[in-house]
Amino acid sequence: MRQSIIQWFRFASPQSFYPLAGRMIPWFWAAAAISGIAGLWISFFVAPTDAQQGEGYRIIFVHVPASWMSMFIYLVMAFWAGIGLALNTRVSAMMAQSLAPTGALMAALSLLTGALWGKPMWGAWWVWDARLTSELILFFLYLGFMALQAAIDDPRRADKAGAILALVGVVNIPIIYFSVKWWNTLHQGSTINLTKAPSMAQTMLWGMLLMALAFWMYSIAVSLMRVRAIILERERHTEWVKHAVE
Amino acid sequence: MQWNSVGEFFAMGGYALYVWGSFGACALLMIAEPFLASRRLSEVRRSLIRERIADELESQQRSQ
Repeated sequence: MRQSIIQWFRFASPQSFYPLAGRMIPWFWAAAAISGIAGLWISFFVAPTDAQQGEGYRIIFVHVPASWMSMFIYLVMAFWAGIGLALNTRVSAMMAQSLAPTGALMAALSLLTGALWGKPMWGAWWVWDARLTSELILFFLYLGFMALQAAIDDPRRADKAGAILALVGVVNIPIIYFSVKWWNTLHQGSTINLTKAPSMAQTMLWGMLLMALAFWMYSIAVSLMRVRAIILERERHTEWVKHAVE
Repeated sequence: MQWNSVGEFFAMGGYALYVWGSFGACALLMIAEPFLASRRLSEVRRSLIRERIADELESQQRSQ
Protein backbone atom coordinates (compact mmCIF):
# COMPACT_ATOMS: atom_id res chain seq x y z
CA MET A 1 0.00 0.00 0.00
CA ARG A 2 2.65 2.43 1.10
CA GLN A 3 4.80 1.42 -1.84
CA SER A 4 2.03 2.12 -4.34
CA ILE A 5 1.39 5.58 -2.92
CA ILE A 6 5.07 6.36 -3.23
CA GLN A 7 4.93 5.16 -6.84
CA TRP A 8 2.24 7.73 -7.57
CA PHE A 9 4.10 10.53 -5.91
CA ARG A 10 7.10 9.73 -8.07
CA PHE A 11 5.28 11.34 -11.02
CA ALA A 12 4.73 14.46 -8.96
CA SER A 13 8.36 15.34 -9.54
CA PRO A 14 9.10 17.35 -12.68
CA GLN A 15 12.02 15.07 -13.46
CA SER A 16 9.86 11.97 -13.92
CA PHE A 17 6.81 13.78 -15.28
CA TYR A 18 8.74 15.39 -18.12
CA PRO A 19 9.54 12.13 -19.98
CA LEU A 20 6.18 10.59 -19.05
CA ALA A 21 4.34 13.54 -20.63
CA GLY A 22 6.52 13.17 -23.71
CA ARG A 23 5.52 9.53 -24.08
CA MET A 24 1.80 10.26 -23.59
CA ILE A 25 1.49 13.14 -26.11
CA PRO A 26 1.44 11.05 -29.34
CA TRP A 27 -1.34 8.83 -27.94
CA PHE A 28 -3.53 11.81 -27.15
CA TRP A 29 -2.88 13.29 -30.60
CA ALA A 30 -3.88 9.98 -32.18
CA ALA A 31 -7.07 9.82 -30.11
CA ALA A 32 -7.86 13.45 -31.01
CA ALA A 33 -7.32 12.79 -34.72
CA ILE A 34 -9.42 9.63 -34.83
CA SER A 35 -12.36 11.04 -32.89
CA GLY A 36 -12.05 14.35 -34.75
CA ILE A 37 -12.24 12.74 -38.18
CA ALA A 38 -15.16 10.53 -37.13
CA GLY A 39 -16.89 13.50 -35.50
CA LEU A 40 -16.45 15.73 -38.57
CA TRP A 41 -17.75 12.97 -40.83
CA ILE A 42 -20.91 12.66 -38.74
CA SER A 43 -21.22 16.46 -38.41
CA PHE A 44 -21.29 17.04 -42.15
CA PHE A 45 -22.35 13.81 -43.83
CA VAL A 46 -24.42 11.74 -41.45
CA ALA A 47 -26.33 14.16 -39.23
CA PRO A 48 -29.54 15.26 -40.95
CA THR A 49 -30.62 18.83 -41.66
CA ASP A 50 -32.36 20.41 -38.69
CA ALA A 51 -36.08 21.04 -39.07
CA GLN A 52 -35.91 24.56 -37.60
CA GLN A 53 -32.40 25.82 -38.22
CA GLY A 54 -31.56 24.15 -41.53
CA GLU A 55 -27.81 23.64 -41.99
CA GLY A 56 -26.98 26.50 -39.63
CA TYR A 57 -27.35 24.24 -36.61
CA ARG A 58 -24.13 22.40 -37.58
CA ILE A 59 -22.24 25.03 -35.60
CA ILE A 60 -23.35 22.99 -32.56
CA PHE A 61 -20.66 20.41 -33.38
CA VAL A 62 -17.92 22.87 -32.46
CA HIS A 63 -19.80 25.28 -30.22
CA VAL A 64 -20.90 22.76 -27.58
CA PRO A 65 -17.53 20.91 -27.35
CA ALA A 66 -15.66 24.23 -27.05
CA SER A 67 -18.06 25.45 -24.36
CA TRP A 68 -17.88 22.21 -22.39
CA MET A 69 -14.10 22.17 -22.54
CA SER A 70 -13.87 25.82 -21.49
CA MET A 71 -15.75 24.95 -18.29
CA PHE A 72 -14.15 21.56 -17.72
CA ILE A 73 -10.59 22.83 -18.23
CA TYR A 74 -11.30 25.55 -15.68
CA LEU A 75 -12.29 22.93 -13.10
CA VAL A 76 -9.20 20.83 -13.85
CA MET A 77 -7.00 23.93 -13.71
CA ALA A 78 -8.48 24.99 -10.37
CA PHE A 79 -8.07 21.42 -9.09
CA TRP A 80 -4.36 21.29 -9.94
CA ALA A 81 -3.84 24.83 -8.66
CA GLY A 82 -5.54 23.84 -5.39
CA ILE A 83 -3.45 20.67 -5.08
CA GLY A 84 -0.35 22.75 -5.72
CA LEU A 85 -1.40 25.21 -3.04
CA ALA A 86 -2.22 22.51 -0.47
CA LEU A 87 0.60 20.03 -1.07
CA ASN A 88 3.20 22.35 -2.54
CA THR A 89 3.79 20.02 -5.47
CA ARG A 90 5.54 21.75 -8.32
CA VAL A 91 4.11 19.75 -11.21
CA SER A 92 0.50 20.47 -10.20
CA ALA A 93 1.12 24.21 -10.27
CA MET A 94 2.88 23.87 -13.63
CA MET A 95 -0.06 21.86 -14.95
CA ALA A 96 -2.48 24.60 -13.87
CA GLN A 97 -0.29 27.17 -15.61
CA SER A 98 -0.21 25.05 -18.74
CA LEU A 99 -3.99 24.53 -18.88
CA ALA A 100 -4.90 28.23 -18.72
CA PRO A 101 -4.09 29.20 -22.34
CA THR A 102 -5.95 26.15 -23.69
CA GLY A 103 -8.94 26.98 -21.51
CA ALA A 104 -8.85 30.58 -22.71
CA LEU A 105 -8.74 29.34 -26.29
CA MET A 106 -11.80 27.15 -25.71
CA ALA A 107 -13.69 30.03 -24.07
CA ALA A 108 -12.76 32.28 -27.00
CA LEU A 109 -13.95 29.65 -29.48
CA SER A 110 -17.17 29.20 -27.53
CA LEU A 111 -17.85 32.95 -27.68
CA LEU A 112 -16.83 33.24 -31.32
CA THR A 113 -18.84 30.28 -32.60
CA GLY A 114 -21.70 31.42 -30.39
CA ALA A 115 -21.64 34.84 -32.06
CA LEU A 116 -21.58 33.20 -35.48
CA TRP A 117 -24.57 31.11 -34.47
CA GLY A 118 -26.43 33.96 -32.78
CA LYS A 119 -26.31 36.27 -35.76
CA PRO A 120 -28.38 34.12 -38.17
CA MET A 121 -30.67 32.62 -35.50
CA TRP A 122 -31.30 35.52 -33.09
CA GLY A 123 -30.33 38.36 -35.38
CA ALA A 124 -27.58 39.56 -33.03
CA TRP A 125 -23.89 38.74 -32.69
CA TRP A 126 -24.03 39.42 -29.00
CA VAL A 127 -26.63 39.97 -26.29
CA TRP A 128 -25.97 40.69 -22.61
CA ASP A 129 -27.69 37.52 -21.55
CA ALA A 130 -26.77 35.45 -18.47
CA ARG A 131 -25.22 32.54 -20.37
CA LEU A 132 -23.15 34.71 -22.69
CA THR A 133 -22.04 37.13 -20.02
CA SER A 134 -20.97 34.40 -17.58
CA GLU A 135 -18.98 32.70 -20.36
CA LEU A 136 -17.31 36.03 -21.12
CA ILE A 137 -16.40 36.30 -17.43
CA LEU A 138 -14.86 32.82 -17.67
CA PHE A 139 -12.72 34.03 -20.57
CA PHE A 140 -11.60 37.01 -18.47
CA LEU A 141 -10.85 34.72 -15.50
CA TYR A 142 -8.45 32.72 -17.68
CA LEU A 143 -6.80 35.93 -18.91
CA GLY A 144 -6.64 37.25 -15.34
CA PHE A 145 -5.03 34.02 -14.11
CA MET A 146 -2.39 34.18 -16.83
CA ALA A 147 -1.75 37.89 -16.34
CA LEU A 148 -1.47 37.52 -12.56
CA GLN A 149 1.03 34.67 -12.87
CA ALA A 150 3.03 36.57 -15.45
CA ALA A 151 3.11 39.70 -13.27
CA ILE A 152 4.76 38.01 -10.26
CA ASP A 153 8.46 37.33 -10.68
CA ASP A 154 8.87 34.61 -8.07
CA PRO A 155 7.23 31.54 -9.68
CA ARG A 156 6.27 29.93 -6.37
CA ARG A 157 4.47 33.07 -5.23
CA ALA A 158 2.88 33.38 -8.67
CA ASP A 159 1.57 29.82 -8.25
CA LYS A 160 0.01 30.67 -4.89
CA ALA A 161 -1.63 33.89 -6.07
CA GLY A 162 -2.87 32.20 -9.24
CA ALA A 163 -4.26 29.26 -7.28
CA ILE A 164 -6.34 31.52 -5.06
CA LEU A 165 -7.72 33.37 -8.08
CA ALA A 166 -8.49 30.07 -9.84
CA LEU A 167 -10.25 28.64 -6.78
CA VAL A 168 -12.36 31.73 -6.19
CA GLY A 169 -13.29 31.77 -9.88
CA VAL A 170 -14.77 28.26 -9.65
CA VAL A 171 -17.98 29.89 -8.40
CA ASN A 172 -18.55 31.04 -11.99
CA ILE A 173 -18.78 27.49 -13.39
CA PRO A 174 -22.15 26.52 -11.86
CA ILE A 175 -23.39 30.01 -12.76
CA ILE A 176 -22.61 29.35 -16.43
CA TYR A 177 -24.01 25.85 -16.30
CA PHE A 178 -27.30 26.73 -14.61
CA SER A 179 -27.69 30.20 -16.16
CA VAL A 180 -30.18 28.89 -18.71
CA LYS A 181 -32.32 27.57 -15.85
CA TRP A 182 -31.98 30.37 -13.34
CA TRP A 183 -32.65 33.25 -15.68
CA ASN A 184 -34.78 33.83 -18.72
CA THR A 185 -32.23 33.85 -21.47
CA LEU A 186 -32.16 33.92 -25.21
CA HIS A 187 -29.74 31.01 -25.15
CA GLN A 188 -31.41 27.66 -25.58
CA GLY A 189 -31.50 25.19 -22.68
CA SER A 190 -28.97 22.41 -22.29
CA THR A 191 -29.03 19.89 -25.11
CA ILE A 192 -27.85 17.09 -22.91
CA ASN A 193 -28.75 16.71 -19.32
CA LEU A 194 -28.07 13.95 -16.89
CA THR A 195 -31.65 13.32 -15.84
CA LYS A 196 -33.55 13.61 -19.12
CA ALA A 197 -33.16 11.89 -22.47
CA PRO A 198 -31.26 14.13 -24.90
CA SER A 199 -33.53 16.38 -26.95
CA MET A 200 -31.87 15.71 -30.28
CA ALA A 201 -31.49 13.08 -33.00
CA GLN A 202 -29.21 10.15 -32.17
CA THR A 203 -26.77 10.90 -35.00
CA MET A 204 -26.50 14.55 -33.97
CA LEU A 205 -25.80 13.45 -30.42
CA TRP A 206 -23.07 11.05 -31.53
CA GLY A 207 -21.47 13.70 -33.70
CA MET A 208 -21.42 16.10 -30.79
CA LEU A 209 -20.02 13.55 -28.35
CA LEU A 210 -17.26 12.51 -30.76
CA MET A 211 -16.33 16.14 -31.37
CA ALA A 212 -16.30 16.74 -27.62
CA LEU A 213 -13.98 13.74 -27.22
CA ALA A 214 -11.72 15.15 -29.95
CA PHE A 215 -11.60 18.56 -28.21
CA TRP A 216 -10.86 16.84 -24.92
CA MET A 217 -7.99 14.76 -26.29
CA TYR A 218 -6.67 17.84 -28.10
CA SER A 219 -6.69 19.81 -24.85
CA ILE A 220 -4.75 17.11 -23.00
CA ALA A 221 -2.21 16.76 -25.81
CA VAL A 222 -1.54 20.47 -26.19
CA SER A 223 -1.39 21.17 -22.46
CA LEU A 224 1.08 18.30 -21.99
CA MET A 225 3.20 19.86 -24.74
CA ARG A 226 3.09 23.20 -22.99
CA VAL A 227 3.78 21.75 -19.54
CA ARG A 228 6.99 20.18 -20.88
CA ALA A 229 8.17 23.61 -21.96
CA ILE A 230 7.16 25.08 -18.59
CA ILE A 231 9.01 22.31 -16.71
CA LEU A 232 12.24 23.01 -18.60
CA GLU A 233 11.84 26.78 -18.20
CA ARG A 234 11.26 26.60 -14.48
CA GLU A 235 13.69 23.81 -13.65
CA ARG A 236 16.50 25.05 -15.84
CA HIS A 237 18.83 25.58 -12.90
CA THR A 238 18.62 21.88 -11.89
CA GLU A 239 21.11 19.20 -12.78
CA TRP A 240 18.60 16.82 -14.41
CA VAL A 241 17.43 19.41 -16.94
CA LYS A 242 21.01 19.88 -18.10
CA HIS A 243 21.08 16.18 -18.96
CA ALA A 244 17.51 16.00 -20.27
CA VAL A 245 18.37 17.93 -23.44
CA GLU A 246 20.83 16.29 -25.75
CA MET B 1 -26.15 12.04 -47.13
CA GLN B 2 -28.14 15.16 -47.86
CA TRP B 3 -25.84 16.90 -50.36
CA ASN B 4 -26.53 16.66 -54.06
CA SER B 5 -23.44 18.54 -55.19
CA VAL B 6 -20.18 19.94 -53.89
CA GLY B 7 -21.56 23.45 -54.36
CA GLU B 8 -24.54 22.66 -52.19
CA PHE B 9 -22.22 21.34 -49.49
CA PHE B 10 -20.18 24.54 -49.43
CA ALA B 11 -23.29 26.72 -49.51
CA MET B 12 -24.54 25.06 -46.27
CA GLY B 13 -28.12 26.00 -47.05
CA GLY B 14 -27.27 29.70 -47.02
CA TYR B 15 -25.38 29.55 -43.71
CA ALA B 16 -21.93 29.20 -45.32
CA LEU B 17 -20.42 32.25 -43.61
CA TYR B 18 -21.55 31.15 -40.15
CA VAL B 19 -20.88 27.41 -40.42
CA TRP B 20 -17.53 27.69 -42.21
CA GLY B 21 -16.60 30.69 -40.08
CA SER B 22 -17.10 28.61 -36.93
CA PHE B 23 -15.30 25.50 -38.15
CA GLY B 24 -12.59 27.62 -39.75
CA ALA B 25 -11.94 29.59 -36.55
CA CYS B 26 -11.65 26.33 -34.60
CA ALA B 27 -9.30 24.81 -37.17
CA LEU B 28 -7.14 27.93 -37.28
CA LEU B 29 -6.74 28.31 -33.52
CA MET B 30 -6.37 24.57 -32.91
CA ILE B 31 -3.53 24.40 -35.44
CA ALA B 32 -1.85 27.57 -34.17
CA GLU B 33 -1.85 26.55 -30.49
CA PRO B 34 0.12 23.26 -30.78
CA PHE B 35 2.48 25.02 -33.19
CA LEU B 36 3.17 27.75 -30.59
CA ALA B 37 3.49 25.17 -27.79
CA SER B 38 6.03 23.11 -29.70
CA ARG B 39 7.97 26.25 -30.64
CA ARG B 40 8.10 27.23 -26.97
CA LEU B 41 9.50 23.80 -26.09
CA SER B 42 12.12 23.84 -28.84
CA GLU B 43 13.14 27.38 -27.88
CA VAL B 44 13.80 26.45 -24.25
CA ARG B 45 15.63 23.30 -25.37
CA ARG B 46 17.83 25.32 -27.73
CA SER B 47 18.68 27.82 -25.02
CA LEU B 48 19.52 24.99 -22.60
CA ILE B 49 21.83 23.43 -25.17
CA ARG B 50 23.54 26.80 -25.76
CA GLU B 51 23.96 27.18 -22.02
CA ARG B 52 25.56 23.76 -21.70
CA ILE B 53 27.96 24.42 -24.57
CA ALA B 54 28.93 27.71 -22.93
CA ASP B 55 29.53 25.88 -19.64
CA GLU B 56 31.68 23.29 -21.36
CA LEU B 57 33.75 25.93 -23.13
CA GLU B 58 34.23 27.76 -19.89
CA SER B 59 35.42 24.67 -18.04
CA GLN B 60 37.79 23.84 -20.89
CA GLN B 61 39.31 27.30 -20.76
CA ARG B 62 39.70 27.04 -17.03
CA SER B 63 41.52 23.72 -17.26
CA GLN B 64 43.94 25.04 -19.88
